[in-house]
Amino acid sequence: PPVHSHNDWIGPPDKHSNLRPIIFYVPPEESPLERRLREARQEAQACNQRFWARHNCAFRQEKEDFIYSRLKAKGLEMRDETGQKATLNAEEMADFYKDFLSKNFKKHMQYNRDWYKRNFTITFLMGQVALARALRWLRWKKKNVEH
Amino acid sequence: LFVWRLKGAGTQHIPCHFVHLCRAANDRLITFQYFNFLKRMYVTQYNKDLSQRAKPRSDPVVSPFHELQQLDQEKKVIHKISPVSPVHQPWPETSGRNELREVKPPAESEASGTAARAEPREDRQWKEMKLRLDELPGILARLSKIKLTALVVSTASAGFAMAPVPFDLPCFLLASLGTGLASCAANSINQFFEVPFDSNMNRTKNRPLVRGQISPLLAVCFAASCGVPGIALLTLGVNPLTGALGAFNIFLYTCCYTPMKRMSIANTWVGAVVGAIPPVMGWTAATGSLDAGALLLGGILYSWQFPHFNALSWGLREDYSRGGYCMMSVTHPGLCRRVALRHCLALIGLSVVAPVLDVTTWTFPVISLPINLYISYLGFRFYRDADRSSSRKLFFCSLWHLPMLLLVMFTCKKSVLDKEDKGDLLGKGESHGRAVEIRLP
Repeated sequence: PPVHSHNDWIGPPDKHSNLRPIIFYVPPEESPLERRLREARQEAQACNQRFWARHNCAFRQEKEDFIYSRLKAKGLEMRDETGQKATLNAEEMADFYKDFLSKNFKKHMQYNRDWYKRNFTITFLMGQVALARALRWLRWKKKNVEH
Repeated sequence: LFVWRLKGAGTQHIPCHFVHLCRAANDRLITFQYFNFLKRMYVTQYNKDLSQRAKPRSDPVVSPFHELQQLDQEKKVIHKISPVSPVHQPWPETSGRNELREVKPPAESEASGTAARAEPREDRQWKEMKLRLDELPGILARLSKIKLTALVVSTASAGFAMAPVPFDLPCFLLASLGTGLASCAANSINQFFEVPFDSNMNRTKNRPLVRGQISPLLAVCFAASCGVPGIALLTLGVNPLTGALGAFNIFLYTCCYTPMKRMSIANTWVGAVVGAIPPVMGWTAATGSLDAGALLLGGILYSWQFPHFNALSWGLREDYSRGGYCMMSVTHPGLCRRVALRHCLALIGLSVVAPVLDVTTWTFPVISLPINLYISYLGFRFYRDADRSSSRKLFFCSLWHLPMLLLVMFTCKKSVLDKEDKGDLLGKGESHGRAVEIRLP
């Protein structure tokens, strides 16, 4: 993002986590409240990134393993004659999906609780910051009008 | 893989049906708004845009299949793509995120790609997180899932139209507006809650909050500014019962269904209730009370949700599994198909109950039997075959089945006069006399 920009910038989705990274703008006169907000957002972003990158990689890996084991059980190779990667059809994959979901259930529960908490905190802080900024702007306006 | 494209060919037969039935309904007074109702249905279906379950009020309805939607909406995005200097400012917080750097493409070479390019291109660029006012309507429309909201309002209108009272236009408009606003609010909150999950699912990864086009705070404020006036409008402008139902539905959708999606498969049933409430609201808006007819309409929509949603979710199992969503199609596939079939058959049963409750004449179960049988047949095929093609057929059938059913129901509606006549013979003579008087100049 350019140096002179006063806004946050959001990027394309990450390869592993599918989340879009945000580069936060640090204003020169950042109030403590604003700093708290920014740090909360950064922390949430880092946490989300970690979780999803790990989770998605695990999914991909386990999916590969599953396909491999199933193909082996059927006596097939990973790649067929044309060199294409052999895949299983949706019905066979269904077992894997079910398994994966139940295995990760607890992890998701924990993440959900965490995410909801963070989301509410961040949004609440945003509200506070917006209010503070509005008040500051009104005070500045009043001062300007007086002079 | 699992993205379904609503091919033009698949929907071509829909307009013909609608036009044909519209001619039949021409003698009705309030055909024009029904025509709008149909037009909306047609337009919604024709926009290769199918909403998924995440319906704010009617739960599993149409979810946007974004792969084609972007092409319409993205061309208006203005990018302030300033040339990204190769020398990065040492932002303290990003020093540790070097792995993300390679994802960022050089903006200059991409900026030469025209704005008319498909969205994947634009998607790969860094965008400034600034709210642009000219984009705001589009963003809010997507945030509130406007097409889904339109469908929800349609089902509420159907409920209103089916109520056995003389048609009251102002009330109808207020009820529709209130329902629409409440639906927008519920949808926005839903998207607010689900940002990281939406990012990971193909169907939903282009939502405004996911793309950073709008801040969460603004989304919440928008939801509040839609929800509060919406419910107030319903409570004060229509009646308190409708307002209460609306508020309850928002609560059910945002605080029950949305979190439950990740906790238990029971979310599908909760979602079906969410979908069933709008027509009930339409009915109570017209009559002011919760009669059997309202519950019947709600029941029809409740049953419809299952074949619709279960068929849809069949193709999204991978995304659900990875995203951590507890859906029947993933964890209990047999149950998923059984439930879908069960409710297809229930629709037949409910259609028979309609004349018993004096909502429609006996022609309704007769006329609706073909379409109900057809969807039940597809439900049975889905149950037996459990494959992608049967699930797709069932899903697409459900899209036209509902509007057709509601339309047929409306054309078979038991007219208010008929019912009064059926009452007492004395009254009959009087009303007949009255009618004669009116005709005389």
